[in-house]
Amino acid sequence: MSPRTRSSVAAQRRAHASVFSALGDDTRLALIAHLANGLPCSISELTRDSRVTRQAISKHLRVLETVGMVRSVRHGREHRFEFRPHSIDEAKRYLEFVSAQWDEALGRLKSFVEK
Amino acid sequence: MTDRIEKRIELHAPISRVWRALTDYGEFGEWFRVKLDGPFTAGQVSTGHMTYPGYEHVKWEAIIEKMEPERLFSFTWPHPKSFDRATYTGDNSGAPRTLVEFRLEKTHNGTLLTLTESGFDQLPGDLRLEAFRRNEGGWTEQMKNIENYVTKNPQ
Repeated sequence: MSPRTRSSVAAQRRAHASVFSALGDDTRLALIAHLANGLPCSISELTRDSRVTRQAISKHLRVLETVGMVRSVRHGREHRFEFRPHSIDEAKRYLEFVSAQWDEALGRLKSFVEK
Repeated sequence: MTDRIEKRIELHAPISRVWRALTDYGEFGEWFRVKLDGPFTAGQVSTGHMTYPGYEHVKWEAIIEKMEPERLFSFTWPHPKSFDRATYTGDNSGAPRTLVEFRLEKTHNGTLLTLTESGFDQLPGDLRLEAFRRNEGGWTEQMKNIENYVTKNPQ
């Protein structure tokens, strides 16, 4: 693999950072909870309700943006962040898909060992 | 959001029987619908391909983790972006992996099997999982076919 291919694979991997791990952090969970009512908020608004610094909030928002859970929208001179519920649906649906596969496979195992 | 799947099922068969169905590669292949190239060995890669109708192009590529007789069988396996024949690449090198664990316990009536699959926080959260959604109807249909087959052809 050429260095160039490797770095593009790495970039792809970063872009695929996961919804699941994005949610594995209390600050990010709180941000999502805040944004989940559907109203876009600015960083200042989000920082006001948090004990975390503006810089940290900004960093967490970037993580959520990378995985597609929030989107930054321009509102006059400031940026506001809005929640994209679709991102969670996808992750949940996938888990449900895998879960259903296991139900079927274990059903086959049951008939297999019980006959 | 949960990072794992957990299933518990009671099997009316002795623990030794269940252990064999899980770890004998021929028997595993029968119920899981996969043609494996060789026996499972802890620490080794297990290769083969799915025998699921319509999914024969999908490779089986697991790394066997633990084989503790009649107690624990575990492996990791990849989650490629798509199983769709048109977009499936067969290259699992970059695919995130989850850990699958089968735990067995003896019960009054047979064996309690606990299956867990964990590590979903490694999975992509982007929107490229569309393929699975498209296939969902197809899979469900195939599952029914297989169940019918198994019921009609007890060995």
